[in-house]
Amino acid sequence: MAVYKLKTPISEDAVRKLKVNDVIYVTGTMVTARDSAHKRALEYFKEKKKMPIDLEGLVVFHCGPIVKKEDDKWTVVAAGPTTSTRMDLFEDEFIKAFKVRVVIGKGGMGRRTTEGMKKYGAVYGAFTGGAAVLAAKAIKKVKNVEWFDLGMPEALWILDVENFGPLIVAIDTHGNNLFGEVQKRTEETRPRIYEKLDIPTG
Amino acid sequence: MDIEIMVENVAVELLRQAVTKLPRDVKEALQRAHREEESDVGKTQLQAILNNVELAEKTGTPMCQDTGIIIFYVKAGAQAKGLDTIEDALIKATKRATNEVPLRPNSVGIFTRKNTGDNTGRYIPYVNWKVTQGETIELTVFPKGGGSENVCALGMIRPGEGLNGLKKFVLDTVLNAGAKPCPPNILGVGVGGGADIAMKIAKAALLRPIDQPNADPEIAKLERELYEAANMTGIGPMGLGGRFTVLGVNVDHANRHPASYPVAVAVQCWAARRASARISFDGTVEYLTHKVV
Repeated sequence: MAVYKLKTPISEDAVRKLKVNDVIYVTGTMVTARDSAHKRALEYFKEKKKMPIDLEGLVVFHCGPIVKKEDDKWTVVAAGPTTSTRMDLFEDEFIKAFKVRVVIGKGGMGRRTTEGMKKYGAVYGAFTGGAAVLAAKAIKKVKNVEWFDLGMPEALWILDVENFGPLIVAIDTHGNNLFGEVQKRTEETRPRIYEKLDIPTG
Repeated sequence: MDIEIMVENVAVELLRQAVTKLPRDVKEALQRAHREEESDVGKTQLQAILNNVELAEKTGTPMCQDTGIIIFYVKAGAQAKGLDTIEDALIKATKRATNEVPLRPNSVGIFTRKNTGDNTGRYIPYVNWKVTQGETIELTVFPKGGGSENVCALGMIRPGEGLNGLKKFVLDTVLNAGAKPCPPNILGVGVGGGADIAMKIAKAALLRPIDQPNADPEIAKLERELYEAANMTGIGPMGLGGRFTVLGVNVDHANRHPASYPVAVAVQCWAARRASARISFDGTVEYLTHKVV
């Protein structure tokens, strides 16, 4: 479990060095994006429309935060990760199109994303589900909000973060997927536990 | 005393307590899991959870951004006055807490697809009523997150399979859920009654402190067995691998139809939020799960 601190813009080389089980902390610009934002971004790319922000080397966070506006200034109250598998539909195309280097969420992602990360150079960092205050503490400033018409949870929140983590590298650029490995091992325990519980099999 | 205003104020306070501070038993279980977890990655997750819980308490902010769908349990003394105003008071409290705590607006219309913005809507907040003797009102809030709700399961197993079938269904539910419900989880298991009854008692079982085994030694033994089985899966904290997949298993049961054997598993994420208070007829309020400074 090596520990790395990364600063945006993050290079492709920097993420290619990481391996599953490594711990990373990121500093710099992070952008929240959920289902609708991913979908719209890919539409923009297809139609060659200019994105509100250049995402190259940045960090994408699967998160629908609670954000509060006071004196015309936004502050993030709570910002834990949302379930990432929903973004499996878009993520490989998204990484290819926008060259983001770190994708943060919870619960892991599937084979398509794992292949995309290997091919285009990005890692998946698992942030502790529900640890919303810890996340909010590392968010120093809301730089901007775009696509607010999608609603508070779905908008693109452009955030200034400092030592955001700990993030467990759960998908690396070498085709490893930690959640997949755990799932496989877990599945192998099934017959053993059935036996312990005296559950007839077959 | 004006029972409506009283209930509204207490409910707002309970919602605040529930989302910002874990009940003692859950916090202690997380601390124990952190001490005893053998997986390094699992330990980092439990450490992050504990740091987060500490920060949430200190700053009075919600420990998780998903502050859930709001559920209330009301034990209403039949002699208490103004019982007809309680449901309105709870709706008002939900709206106020959404603004004041704040809570994330989580109530979306099925056909309108619109978020009402204040955590209320058709049947929401949901109120479970029980009429009791006397004049006191016991109020419990139970904000329930979506991630763990999505893996709750109901099985209508064959009565011939009996307890073995129940154990298999609970274990399969845990294995199928994997990382999704933000483990370590608490499982509420309801068996018997009917489909709806099993799920109702499964969910209500989540209100019992996890360091308090079922009073019936047979059922307590079953709880222990299910707890050990779930923790043999190796899913671990956040599904990243480890010993602690569940923090506790609470079982409740109802008698069943001879032909039916409903088993319901209500899955709770580590952010097991609940808070209760008792309101007496003279207007005194006793907070039961959280100390008020």
